[in-house]
Order: sequence, then C-alpha cells, then structure tokens
Amino acid sequence: MSSNDPKKPKLIQNGKRMSGRSFTDLRPLKITAGVLKQADGSAMIEWGKNRIIAAVYGPHEVFPKFLTDNRKALVGARYVMAPFSSLEDHGRSGPNRRSIEISKVAKHVFENVILTNKFPKTIIDIHMDVVQSDGGTRIAAITAASVALADAGIPVKDLVAGVAVGKVDGELVVDLDKLEDNYGESDAAVVISPRSGEILLFQMEGLLTPDEVKRTVRLASDAAVKVRDVQVKALKDRYAQVANEQGEQLL
Amino acid sequence: MISDQIKAQFVKELIKKNERPDGRQFLQHRDISIQKNVFENCEGSAICHLGDTKVLAGVKIDLATPFPDRPNEGMLSVGCEFSPIAHPSFQAGPPGEASIELARVVDRGIRAANAIDLTKLKVADGKVLGVFIDLYILDHNGNLTDAAAMAAMSAVKNAVVPKVVQDGEAFKLDREDRKSKLPLGEDVVTCTFEKIGESIILDANIDEENASSGRLTFGATTNGLVCSAQKSGSAGFNLTQFDELLDLTLEKRKDLIKLL
Repeated sequence: MSSNDPKKPKLIQNGKRMSGRSFTDLRPLKITAGVLKQADGSAMIEWGKNRIIAAVYGPHEVFPKFLTDNRKALVGARYVMAPFSSLEDHGRSGPNRRSIEISKVAKHVFENVILTNKFPKTIIDIHMDVVQSDGGTRIAAITAASVALADAGIPVKDLVAGVAVGKVDGELVVDLDKLEDNYGESDAAVVISPRSGEILLFQMEGLLTPDEVKRTVRLASDAAVKVRDVQVKALKDRYAQVANEQGEQLL
Repeated sequence: MISDQIKAQFVKELIKKNERPDGRQFLQHRDISIQKNVFENCEGSAICHLGDTKVLAGVKIDLATPFPDRPNEGMLSVGCEFSPIAHPSFQAGPPGEASIELARVVDRGIRAANAIDLTKLKVADGKVLGVFIDLYILDHNGNLTDAAAMAAMSAVKNAVVPKVVQDGEAFKLDREDRKSKLPLGEDVVTCTFEKIGESIILDANIDEENASSGRLTFGATTNGLVCSAQKSGSAGFNLTQFDELLDLTLEKRKDLIKLL
C-alpha cells in the first residue's frame, strides 16, 4: 500500500479504471480443466495476465506415516511463485514466508469443502504453481485448484471462488490488477463458497472504515458468483471432451 | 494428544450450554496487562500477559539499506519464534507455518495502520533505519495473535532510537545515546474470534482453541479504521457473523489501546 508514492499513476479517470473496466468488472477469465496427464486432476487459469497451474494428487498414502488421521483425509496445499513469474527481477525459487502463509490459508479453504471423512488415512495434495503473476495470484490459484479438485473427482461441498477487492483512488473496485494492487489503498483477498455464502478466506490490509470492509465482502460475494460460472463452464467443457474421446457408446 | 481431544470435546459441550471453562462471557477478554521496557539492551520491549498467555516483543533498531522500490522509507520486519519453553508441541528449528502466519498478521496490522511513520526513518541516500520486531512466545495458553499484536505495539511505542553518528562517509549508531522515540502514527490492536460449533467466542484459551474449527482476526486503529484481517482454520463465517465481529472489534479496541 503506497498511495503516496510519487510514481503512482492515476488509477481511476472519468469513473473508469486504467484497464477501461467498471468498478465491478472482472478481467478476462478463462479456466481449462484437465491440462496435465500425470495429475489426478488439474486446471490452468488465465486471469488477466495471471497464468497459474493447479494439480491435485490423491487421495494417497500419507508420508511420514505417523501424521495419518484414521478418521479423515489430510489436505496439503502448496502455493509457489516461479522465479520468472513477475515482471521484475528473477525471484528466489521455492517457498518463502509469504507463500508459506498463503499455502496455510489455502489449505484451510479446502479442508472446509472437501468431504475428507470419505478418505480416512490418506492425504490429498493440492499444488498451485504461479508461472506468471499479475495481482490476485492467491485467489486465482485457489479458484483454479477448486476446479482441479473437481477434475480429480474428489467430492466437495462446493466449488470455491476467489476474488480480490480493494480501495483504489478512494473507490472500492473488484478484481485488482497489478497496478491497482501495488498502488491502491487497501487490498482484500476473499474466497467464498457460493452455495453457503460463507467466507472461507479473508486476508486484508490497508485502511478502511468498517462500512467499507462490509462492502468489500459483499462485492466479493457478488463477483464470486461470476467466477463460479467460469469454473462450471471449464468442468462442462472437460466432460464434453472426455465424452468425445470415448466416441459413440450405446450406454 | 488424547487429553487435548477430551478437553476439546468438554469445551464443545460447555459452549453448547452457553458456558466457558473459566466462566467468562463469550465476548469477554481474560485479564490483560502489559509490562513495558523490561530489558535494557534492546531499543524497546514489552511482555503482554493475556490470561496465562505470555508473549514478549523485542525491538532492535539498526542501520539498514532500503528496499530498491522504497528508497526513502525505513524498514520494518516482524519475526516470530515459537520457543520450546512455551508449549510441549513447540520444537526448536526453522519457523513453521503457524509462527510465520502470526508474524505476518502482526506485521500487516502495524504496516497498514502506519503505526510507525517509515517515511521519517531515512538517514541519507541509500541508508535508513530498520525496525526489527521479534515476537517470543513465552507461555502458550491461547490467543497468541492478540497478545503478540499488543506486545509488539507496546514495544514499538516505548522504543527509543539510537543516535545516528556520521563518521566520514560512513554512518553508525551510538546506542549509549538513545533519547528520541520512533515517529509514531496510529496505535493498532487486534481482536481474534474462534468458532466452536455455531458459537463464536473472543480471546480463546488453549483448550477452547483446540475445540475451534476456525478463527477470524481483525486489526483496528485508534481512529476507528480497520487495517488488517485474517481468516484462518477451516470453518467459514457468514456475512452476518463477519459484520458483528467487525463491529465488536471496533468496540473492544478502545479498552485494549489504553493498555499499550
């Protein structure tokens, strides 16, 4: 949050954002399910300039074994950014403090929706690799991972949909791009379960009045429904593809 | 541990009857006190006692090279150590995900609230003061987040800045001469709520934490703004709960800030 940075561009002009979007428009969003052969489930998300690949492995045996839970499956989540993923200098590969925190809260989201009691003594691993970043990578990664879980055939209570909402030049706007993320006054990553309307992830920083925070989650809830439509389409396309590959069948 | 699971079950049953193990109301804090400037070597320190939970914050101020994208701003860094003295499950070694999360939640609150005016910490071109806050968990009896946030804020408020001495081209700090304070902005405190069954409680002790399915933390400033939030754990919160907890945080912040 560096709204007093001299390099800050004017982010809103004549009621439009720099990208030409209205305050509630999403960036172009496309999800493709089943992009990887080895993984049990996978998805690639293209959201603005974000390119993130999610893969699901499992349920499989837990290692080390003593961590096994006899009543339910464990959920493992790993979010990482590739060292070449940003427009800036080459980053360090592997997890850092930021990605460890994001992996932890992402894991909590999926612990909520996966029917873990169906797979005792196992672990379901969810990997989210950011290969190009453009603001809002964590919510894009979780959105993609939710599709990958469904692609893996793992029973879930709901698809979960994420979006970032922030205050930019004094206005609350939906789906922050990188400039809005860097120069805005606040930033909240939100993941919603559209069926229950529950907030499964909320990470906010910046200065907002309590009313603005309340509007932030409501804007996110509305946007999550749009994101969910794209997720559903990705899965339907994937099943149509599988059906085509199998050719004509009597039953 | 099996005893933890039995205690968690006991807590869940109690909560269903609208009771807490220590007899508190659902939205009542334990007793809170903060000891300030407990050490002489570091620039600032505080121990927050939140019930039986004890978190120590130490502040060191060093000369530092600014981040390339913030050449005129001082540095702020928050670290957290889950020392094995605090709980049987804490093991020595590199920080785990829980301690990283805790440090980052405290960091976000202080940073977003501009609790320290980092723009006033420039020494010269390419040289700034760095404020290093280290959180030491001494006794883990639940709600480390709020205790750590209060300890950190209190230590920052009471910290002294060593005098910067120029020695030719180089700069150094005279730690014998520490008269000025850090340039401060708003105070920030956090309120952490835990969800047990369908009930929500404030300031959980450790048995209540073990019974909890999810938590929500809000950070609020002196002038009534929200500066940070973190949802953790698998349970979700609906919009009504979210709004209520936000309003409660704003209400509770007043008493907490008085203690800093």
